[in-house]
Amino acid sequence: MTAVTLTINNKPVSADIADNMLLVDFIREIAGLTGTHIGCDTSQCGSCVIHLNGASVKSCSMLAVMVAGDEITTIEGIANAGNLHPMQQAFQDHHGLQCGFCTPGMVMSAIELATRNPNASEPEIRAGLSGNICRCTGYHNIVKAVQAGAKHLNPATDAKDA
Amino acid sequence: MRETRYLRARDVADAAANIGQNCKLLAGGLALVPQMKQRVTSPKVIVDLIDCKLSGIEDMGASIKIGAMCTHDEVGNSSIIKTQIPALATLAAKIGDPQVRNRATLGGSLAHNDPAGCYPAAAIGLGAVIHTNKRDIAADDFFTGTFETALDQGEIIIAASFAKPISSGSAGYAKCPHPASRNAMVAVFVARMQSGVRVAITGAKQTGVFRHAGLEAALGASFTSDAVNEQTLQMSDKEGLLSDLYASREFRAHLMLEMTHRAIAATTND
Repeated sequence: MTAVTLTINNKPVSADIADNMLLVDFIREIAGLTGTHIGCDTSQCGSCVIHLNGASVKSCSMLAVMVAGDEITTIEGIANAGNLHPMQQAFQDHHGLQCGFCTPGMVMSAIELATRNPNASEPEIRAGLSGNICRCTGYHNIVKAVQAGAKHLNPATDAKDA
Repeated sequence: MRETRYLRARDVADAAANIGQNCKLLAGGLALVPQMKQRVTSPKVIVDLIDCKLSGIEDMGASIKIGAMCTHDEVGNSSIIKTQIPALATLAAKIGDPQVRNRATLGGSLAHNDPAGCYPAAAIGLGAVIHTNKRDIAADDFFTGTFETALDQGEIIIAASFAKPISSGSAGYAKCPHPASRNAMVAVFVARMQSGVRVAITGAKQTGVFRHAGLEAALGASFTSDAVNEQTLQMSDKEGLLSDLYASREFRAHLMLEMTHRAIAATTND
């Protein structure tokens, strides 16, 4: 057992854990944040995507001990005082989800994508979401949502278009 | 996943001192952790190299030296690599998916030597040198078989130096990705080096990356798409090719030719 403290959504969470505990299990079982999902468990579906020190990663493919002391943001941590994050809002506005299981990971990947490439084209968005699988195959509206979310995240782009 | 003990090494010497029986080095973990989950491997101890300061990308003149813990994302976005060996940046930027590229590292990928991995093709194609805590190993001597390398027990990759081709645009990489893993079903790296043309192929054989003498000879004589066809490919080699659910050996042979054409097309005269 190892004593580990992670900062999740700006709050420290400490526990004595087995070294083989996956990060996603720490987030769900210990921090009690079940918005981060476990889908394929083989690093392919992306429903477990979170931000680690600002970069998107698959939390099912990491051990919690590997990120001791690091900053983690989950889907629960992106809304601001009850207002949806612009990317969440865009997913709602554009119906970028069907069953919703993949959505937390999609949104977390999309935020990084839109931050790094505010003017991403449709092919760039599709390539950027290659680590996230939607088994409802609702990709069309997801892409639209990410395009819209990118504009809200980057008002400069918005102004240029207007 | 079976029980394991996690150690975070302070530096390379500390990591080397902690390597014992049934121990694995962790360099990102995008291969190791999934394998541990599937119990393909169950190390008693894992030693994390993340704090060992094996980062940095340096222009050495004739080559570019990349720290072993540089992520694929760092290599893919490096301005040095994008200007000096753009084919290497493109290769790194298309490994796996963005989340994999944010964590997976050059050193991890070389040491893992996945027979369908991308980096082994770049290392062979550019005649790289792998620097370890004990010695320098030429890429041609480094990859010894399926998931096997010339690394000894306790040997740690520090960095790799990729030789520059004769001009920045004189190398090209083309991959037919597996639809789920985005590993190479077949991928080809071509490069015009001072020593001649090098052609490295990954994904096509169970034993992993290999140089293709027939293609190198043909492209050495004339570096054009027209110079390579089914004869240069020596289709009698087909027997050694992988054949699985995703691609028969006949299809892989076809992809070898097609990816060679595309890799040549990816080169420029800059």
